[in-house]
Amino acid sequence: MTADILSWVLLLAIAAYACGGGVDYGAGFWDLLAGGAARGRRPRWLIDHAMAPVWEVNNVWLVFVLVLMWTGFPDFFQTVFTALWLPLALAAVGMVLRGAGFALRKPTRRLAARRVYGAVFAVASLLTPFFLGTVIGSVASGRVKPGTVASADAWANPTSIVAGLLAVCATAVLGAVFLSADARRFGAHDLVGYFALRARIAVAALVVVGAVGLAVTADDASYVHHGLTHGWGLLLVLLSAASGAVTAVLVAGPALGWARYSAVAAVALAVGAWGVAQRPYLVPTSLTVQDAAGASATLQWMLIVALVALVLIGPAVTVLYRLDTRGVLEPLTDEDVTK
Amino acid sequence: MMAFTLASHIMLVPFGVALPFITLVMHHRGLRKADPTAMLLARRWSAVMAVQFAVGVVTGTVLSFEFGLLWPGMMGRWGDVFGLGFGVEAWAFFLEAILIAIYLYGWRRLKPWTHFWLGVPLPLTALMGAFGIIAANSWMNTPQGFQLDQAGNPVNVHVQQAIFTPMFGPEYWHFVVAMFLTAGYVVAGVYAVGWLRGRRDRYHRLGFTVPFTVAAILTPLQFFLGDNIARQIYHKQPIKFAAAELVWDTDTHVPEYLFGRLQEDGTVKGGLKIPQLDSILAGFTPDTQVTGLSSVPAADRPTATQATIVHWAFDLMATIGSVLILLALWYAWCWWRHRDLPKSRWFFRCAAIAGAASVFTVECGWITTEVGRQPWIVYQNMRVSEAVTPTGAASLWTMFGVVAAVYVLIFGAFLTVLLKMRTRWRLAGGGTVAAESPETDTPYGPRPELATTAAQSPTSAEGPGRAPGDSE
Repeated sequence: MTADILSWVLLLAIAAYACGGGVDYGAGFWDLLAGGAARGRRPRWLIDHAMAPVWEVNNVWLVFVLVLMWTGFPDFFQTVFTALWLPLALAAVGMVLRGAGFALRKPTRRLAARRVYGAVFAVASLLTPFFLGTVIGSVASGRVKPGTVASADAWANPTSIVAGLLAVCATAVLGAVFLSADARRFGAHDLVGYFALRARIAVAALVVVGAVGLAVTADDASYVHHGLTHGWGLLLVLLSAASGAVTAVLVAGPALGWARYSAVAAVALAVGAWGVAQRPYLVPTSLTVQDAAGASATLQWMLIVALVALVLIGPAVTVLYRLDTRGVLEPLTDEDVTK
Repeated sequence: MMAFTLASHIMLVPFGVALPFITLVMHHRGLRKADPTAMLLARRWSAVMAVQFAVGVVTGTVLSFEFGLLWPGMMGRWGDVFGLGFGVEAWAFFLEAILIAIYLYGWRRLKPWTHFWLGVPLPLTALMGAFGIIAANSWMNTPQGFQLDQAGNPVNVHVQQAIFTPMFGPEYWHFVVAMFLTAGYVVAGVYAVGWLRGRRDRYHRLGFTVPFTVAAILTPLQFFLGDNIARQIYHKQPIKFAAAELVWDTDTHVPEYLFGRLQEDGTVKGGLKIPQLDSILAGFTPDTQVTGLSSVPAADRPTATQATIVHWAFDLMATIGSVLILLALWYAWCWWRHRDLPKSRWFFRCAAIAGAASVFTVECGWITTEVGRQPWIVYQNMRVSEAVTPTGAASLWTMFGVVAAVYVLIFGAFLTVLLKMRTRWRLAGGGTVAAESPETDTPYGPRPELATTAAQSPTSAEGPGRAPGDSE
């Protein structure tokens, strides 16, 4: 029972990271495609401005996912990290490069140095979601069984690759939608349309990759495929697709702010669909939630800690996002630190 | 590899835990006395905090990845026993990330006191985070709170016992005080260098005094805590104590070696031998029996080389700690007699070195606790070799190479950026550089009295970079 609740908490945390982190990575993705130093100056300025106050918080979701995994489901953690060693290691390297690139680009002045940091930031933004996506794909395809040793087969397969691409597309959608809304908030009206167009292209790409994914998983990951095309899983998939469509419509119109919610809903619902589809397994057909669960005393305490933390963190997150959307959060300028 | 990333991360920890506190102290002073110099210092430190925290987040995330990438065996078997500490840490860290974002980005638009009070919980969340991590580490040192079934898997997990292990209390306070101490000395060290270079204005005076006072008050306290933890180790982890003190045979009237190398046959080469002192330190009388390394089979104790490393780390830590006490006493004496900073240039030279030395000490302390536990990863329950990932050594080393290169680059870039910021601030203080940024309104809106006082106190300055030689 506790294990079930915790597995839902885990899924929620993954969804939160997919949305929060996805916006970040998406911004990095568009940074990569923003063109040369002159052409890409304004989009990059917006990306820096929009991401700075919240990207660290977004990153912490991932730490939380990992901690929840190893405390609540140690066997699952061991299995995943042994079998999918390489993609996870690459994702970790990508994350280091990305964070460092982003953090160090801002205080740097010289164009050449900024280019280096910027390129690092952008390329890593592409790699990390891709590899994290492949990890999810590998788990979903059931190739990762307890005791599997690290091998390319575990993650270099159709389902994993498609899941990786899906993750990249999803981050691109999120990034573009949020940046478009931020552009309006910061009064950069030329960029509103710029990112709205890109959001629509990304939604189109997402639809294509998603369709390919459904086709591929039919044979390659039959358990999850069955879950996705029947019952609750199907419902969530349809809702997710509908949210995606709504996003594409809203993003170009006056209700741009709402497109953010629909985009987040689309991604969160997709993650939810995946979770529902592989019930009651953590790793389809070999490791159930119950089997993987850790000691029950720890699980109960984990829930208590989570509840206490929720009471503390809830208000703080609300304050942060409210301050951020009201434009109260601004970085210190040089004036402030030189006077 | 874990060692390397942990060692890198732990260098940032003092700043993550304690820099917010010191910045807040300065911030409070600035607000209370409407002191523009203090406010400027607080703002600059928070700018450094921003970059540092970003790097800290990244290294921290990588660390949690590495638990899985390197120690799947340990996490798989023990994760549910001692993972709760990490759970606490994750939430605390989450809260810290949120608050730090508000604090860093709130300078310009929030009301001054609102802004300050929003920053106040920061050190508390940092302490919570430390609580979680130390709970996990002290569990690895003195594991308890579970029973083993036939297959050797832990059952009947007792959570309170697993968190509040015998080593937890000593380790926690020793660690927390060490963090505040280190951050204080390092920040003060930066301004000590500026002072030595002839920048003797109020800005440097204040930038030196506040962090140095924090650190100086804590130094004697740390001495007692350090002594206490050593005695706890003597009781709870006798083999680690034996390694730290190079005790080979279990005996009474054990001599204390200062430095020296342990040989394979159990003799100690070099070093200064003080008869009976080790027994006295451990139990206050020469008759105290101290367990030796040879009391357990060779497979269950650190090798001679490892013991020597532990011993050196331990001795260096103790030595530096003692020297820092003298420095703190010097400072206290001058303050008591003259209500002023010491005049001697040597004092400032020592203070400048103290920053680097205390970072070094943190590394030593960490080496003592981790290497001293060899060959166990979970003391007397799991060996390092059982916990490590089955992935081939070749790919592990490749990975390590990549990570090491990346870390060197990141830390290099981190220092460069800090130095650049410093140079920019110093130039700007001299009034030679106009701000390049398009946004130029003052934080907290216009405050005329602030502007006039600012004009009177020249602030040509060295910003918070790091003390030279700090990049080991």
